[in-house]
Amino acid sequence: MTDISTTPDEATRRTTPLVELRDIRVSFGGLHAVDGVSVDLYPGEVVGLVGGNGAGKSTLMHTLTGAHPADAGEIRINGEPVVIRNPRDARNHGVEVIYQKLALADNIDAAGNVFLGRELLTRSGSLDDSGMASATRKVMKRLNPRFTNLKTAVKSLSGGQRQSVAIARAVHFNARILIMDEPTAALGPAETAQVRDLITQLKAEGIGIFLISHDIHDVFDLADRISVMLQGKLVGTVNKSDVTKDEVLAMIIVGKLPGEATPEELDELHR
Amino acid sequence: MSERPVTSERPERTNPTAEEAPKRPWRELMSTTEIDTRLLGMVMALAVIWIGFHILSGGDFLTSRNLWNLSVQSASIAIMATGMVLIIVTRNIDLSVGAVLGFVGYTMAMVQTQWIPKTFGLGFGRWYTWIIALAVGLALGAVIGFIQGFIVAYVEVPAFIVTLGGYLVWRGLIFRFKQGQTLAPLDDTFQRIGGGSRGALGEWKSWALALLACIAIAASLVISRRRRLRYDLPQRPLGVDVGIGIVGCAAAIAVVWRIAINYPSPITGAPTGVAYPVVILIAVTLAVTYLARRRRFGRYVYAYGGNPEAAELGGINTRRTVMLTFVLMGVLAAMSAAVQTARLDAAVTNLGIQNELDVISAAVIGGTSFSGGIGTIPGAVLGAVVMQSLRSGMVLLAIDSPSQDIVVGVVLVTAVAVDAALRMHRKRIVAGVLLTGLIVSAIVIQTGRA
Repeated sequence: MTDISTTPDEATRRTTPLVELRDIRVSFGGLHAVDGVSVDLYPGEVVGLVGGNGAGKSTLMHTLTGAHPADAGEIRINGEPVVIRNPRDARNHGVEVIYQKLALADNIDAAGNVFLGRELLTRSGSLDDSGMASATRKVMKRLNPRFTNLKTAVKSLSGGQRQSVAIARAVHFNARILIMDEPTAALGPAETAQVRDLITQLKAEGIGIFLISHDIHDVFDLADRISVMLQGKLVGTVNKSDVTKDEVLAMIIVGKLPGEATPEELDELHR
Repeated sequence: MSERPVTSERPERTNPTAEEAPKRPWRELMSTTEIDTRLLGMVMALAVIWIGFHILSGGDFLTSRNLWNLSVQSASIAIMATGMVLIIVTRNIDLSVGAVLGFVGYTMAMVQTQWIPKTFGLGFGRWYTWIIALAVGLALGAVIGFIQGFIVAYVEVPAFIVTLGGYLVWRGLIFRFKQGQTLAPLDDTFQRIGGGSRGALGEWKSWALALLACIAIAASLVISRRRRLRYDLPQRPLGVDVGIGIVGCAAAIAVVWRIAINYPSPITGAPTGVAYPVVILIAVTLAVTYLARRRRFGRYVYAYGGNPEAAELGGINTRRTVMLTFVLMGVLAAMSAAVQTARLDAAVTNLGIQNELDVISAAVIGGTSFSGGIGTIPGAVLGAVVMQSLRSGMVLLAIDSPSQDIVVGVVLVTAVAVDAALRMHRKRIVAGVLLTGLIVSAIVIQTGRA
């Protein structure tokens, strides 16, 4: 499969990629969940990663987040080859993840969740709750100024507020690479809009974002480039401005690049 | 219809906010004081139980002597309940605490009656005997907790199975010592841990403890105000803080005075003071509460209990956290073993039998939830006091032991059912469950009187 985005846009020409995944392979038993996939991500860019269920999008990203290391292939961050074996390794390279299931500890407040696993401590080694609350408030001012319930357990927050907490966690620790796995799947329309604003804002700050989604509209609104996977393989990566939604749908469903799909096949998609 | 002229004359009365007004000051006060309403509910339930038994027993319950004994009897279960909270919060269970208590208690008795005086030939009544016995016991408790916790956390055998096996193993091992014969008497100093007639603080030290409690309450209020000020967080009204301080301090002094000082020692006749098991319980409660609320360990325990997956993805070493809850439980079971053996002045083979059930019940009555992530240390201590109050009150009423068990069982299920209904905000069910539980308990108590 070839990458047809041979003319990189201005943003990508200036810099080395933030992340390069090269020829990544993951198999579960005999099943090749990810089969020789290469994708990359530049600063300030959103790359949409799309495909049907079981296409291997999430598995591919797990190799970058350390949730499930790759069996073969190379990961480069800022051009340097790195080894990522667990979530902690990933964090040390500035990779933060926002999970589909909103991985928050429900019974703990927003500040506790933002700092979960990386708590601030006082000199005596106790939790510095006030310090964490104050830092969380600062981040929240930037992300979601209306967010004030710092002291309530996150289970009583709305979906959008919970997503703000998850994003605050990534932002506070200066993530350079953000992976969002279906970030709007659990949200209502207003909250989805809020998350979209956030993504635009993070992009402007130079953070690179992989956006995993099966919602083509979401991806079309937010992504700069779109990488399509089908049955563990990369169909291709396209610049959003070069393609139509139908062409991307054709990539997702029949695995054909724009121009390869026949008009009959495109018609077929709308039945 | 007759109301009409009134409402037209004074339209502000029909204003819905004016109607809610009588309700709101109470709620506002509760939210500004940040008092745990569940804990307050338990205190009120306890008050009802105490007053009820006081009346039924013809004025025998709320006496210094009875309350002093109640405090000592509650202590050993309450000490273990603080640890059980953390175990249950992480969605596990420890069925072995009674057996661990028995085994560790027996070992501590072996140390002071056999090994130090005979095996090492150092003789009886050494000043260090109790220290070595206690240290060996606590270390053994930690090791047992480590073994069970390791198997639960790293080998991933369900805690129910591991501690069920542990229950059989530790209970069985007691009989390997001296064929399970009773070991007595224990070291003179060690005995005091159990809170006998010499196992209490006495008059002036008890007053000092009350004073210390007052200072601690005041200091924590001041520190919390300062911290809120520094980080520009909303401040509680000064009057509320002063009120909490005065009420807390008055309560501490009243409890120490009415229960501990007012109870004359049956031997010397001098004021007995706060019993050592209670002093240990206070220290344990403070320490475990600090661990649970102010340390990373506690934060991880609750985070894991609330959402194990999120804790794992947050980079928390969840296995280590789970294992440590079992180590803590082992140490606390050993502490209770010291209290119980010292109180008996002997180690017997049925030491700690059924204690696991009392400890789990105390934690659950105290609001700990088996669905994980929910439970407080002070709640569990109160739960232990509630259980012991029921038992002690029924003893005063001369109710036979099987009927006592029935009542405790009914109360346990009622408490959890009320809690579940409260969480779902189903007030009718709360009332129904509460009424049913009360009626059943009352019938059992009335028919069980000898």
